[in-house]
Amino acid sequence: MDFDIQKIRSQFPALDQQINKKPFVYFDNAATTQKPKIVIKRLIDYYNNENCNIHRGDYFLSRQATEAYENTRKTVQSFINAHQSDEIIFTRGTTESVNLVASSFSKKFVNKGDEVLISAMEHHSNIVPWQLACKERDAQLKVIPINKNGEIIMEEYYKMLNEKTRIVAVTHVSNSMGTINPVKQIIDAAHNKNIPVLIDGAQAMPHLEVNVSELDCDFYCFSGHKMYGPMGVGVLYGKEEWLNQIPPYQGGGEMINEVTFAKTTFNKLPFKFEAGTPNVADVLGLEKALTFISSIGYKNIQKYEKELLQYTNRQIKNIDKIKLIGTAGKKTAVFSFLFDDIHPYDTGVILDKMGVAVRTGHHCTQPLMDFFEIPGTVRASLAVYNTKEEIDQFIDGLKMVRKMFV
Amino acid sequence: MSIKEVESQVISEFEMFDDWTDKYNYLIELGKSIPAIDEKYKQPKYLIKGCQSQVWLHASYQNGKIQFTADSDALITKGIVSLLLRVLSDRTPDEIINSDLNFIDKIGLKDHLSPTRANGLTNMIKQIKLYAMAFKAKNQKNQG
Ligand SMILES: Cc1ncc(COP(=O)(O)O)c(C=O)c1O
Repeated sequence: MDFDIQKIRSQFPALDQQINKKPFVYFDNAATTQKPKIVIKRLIDYYNNENCNIHRGDYFLSRQATEAYENTRKTVQSFINAHQSDEIIFTRGTTESVNLVASSFSKKFVNKGDEVLISAMEHHSNIVPWQLACKERDAQLKVIPINKNGEIIMEEYYKMLNEKTRIVAVTHVSNSMGTINPVKQIIDAAHNKNIPVLIDGAQAMPHLEVNVSELDCDFYCFSGHKMYGPMGVGVLYGKEEWLNQIPPYQGGGEMINEVTFAKTTFNKLPFKFEAGTPNVADVLGLEKALTFISSIGYKNIQKYEKELLQYTNRQIKNIDKIKLIGTAGKKTAVFSFLFDDIHPYDTGVILDKMGVAVRTGHHCTQPLMDFFEIPGTVRASLAVYNTKEEIDQFIDGLKMVRKMFV
Repeated sequence: MSIKEVESQVISEFEMFDDWTDKYNYLIELGKSIPAIDEKYKQPKYLIKGCQSQVWLHASYQNGKIQFTADSDALITKGIVSLLLRVLSDRTPDEIINSDLNFIDKIGLKDHLSPTRANGLTNMIKQIKLYAMAFKAKNQKNQG
């Protein structure tokens, strides 16, 4: 397929606006991406014509919505190449997916004195749930160190895997720095010692083709809203053998087989982990986000985003007194930076005035900021609909910042 | 001069700016030039946490009026802080409690005070009003 950037951009109504009389440049894609028309339309169509509760109505609309919902499960399955659709659990997002595993897995498999491994670049969503679980189970949370480029130090990681390690939980791609971690090696090393691995894929799914069977990860978590889909829906992929062994996360309707006041038997996968009325509309919206990504293809996405990465790198280096945080050899188009002498807030305010939306702060990775001994950064994170012209506008913004804060 | 009069003064100063760069250059200049807070007050006790930029605020009460000094690690925030102090420092508690700070809106800086802007300014204003109420209560108690 030809890569037609204007055609891609035309699918995103939100990109077509002016801020401060300048073209709106949206560079906060790691926080959430904009939505293409087909996703928005899917939500509207659902609420206009198809809305009803699923899995229990004996009427046409309910059967139709149930089928659409369950078909999406199959679409997700084949999208990430899972073995079965039962291994796809719909959640609210990455945060809920991680919490589910941290809570349920730990109840069953983590005991006093055991260890859980995470990395130093994790998002709070892949730190705090494990802290809570470790506290409850009297276990220890161990942190795999990173180097100054923002890469996991693999030799250290190998040394940390031991007979007390119950699970490894690391991010596929860092939200603060864009580092692409060698997750295949991380998984293989853990599996050599029969230790399961959870991968936080929130920042990988919008940019990289993910094949959970090839990776052989035990759990994979991601959010719809970071990959052109709606907010409020996400996925937990888990190997059936694990999902069958760990207890339910929440109780309620849908997840039961039989309930008496004396006891409850639980429904089979995937329903065991989907208590209550599911988020049907957003699940159907997520399916359209996958359609959008497939229509371009990950190969094209990666190739184009790499061009944007290189183009930005070349220009940003020419700016005075700027320091990039996160200079891994393999990374996505995320630029975390600081001016030596200018507060990130000041930089963000001026960029906003220049029509460029970036994020300033710690990006929910406070321990990572502590590692670099900085309070936060300015982060520009790109997506497939961004252009070189937008990068120019961003670079002009940085030059303006430089000029204003002499 | 009353609070309202100082506010009008600030508003007419800002009317002279042609575009946003002039305005922000001025804020940056203000930020650089305000007498910073005494170093001894730059400690956690006086820190108002914003998520991104931080503000330190110190208050003292003399002859029925409250004196504020403040500082911030971000220059634009500091510039706005200096405008707020120009209006609110050296005032009686009642003047402060009754101020509505409309001028911030009139000079086009309102969005810096929105609670979603994690720059510490919203909390700083809250803190200033709390000081005013506290000094007022203390005053009444002493007189009563
Ligand atoms: C790496 C990473 N993990 C987890 C999350 C949490 O995702 P959500 O807020 O969609 O649950 C994010 C979002 O910022 C992220 O970047």
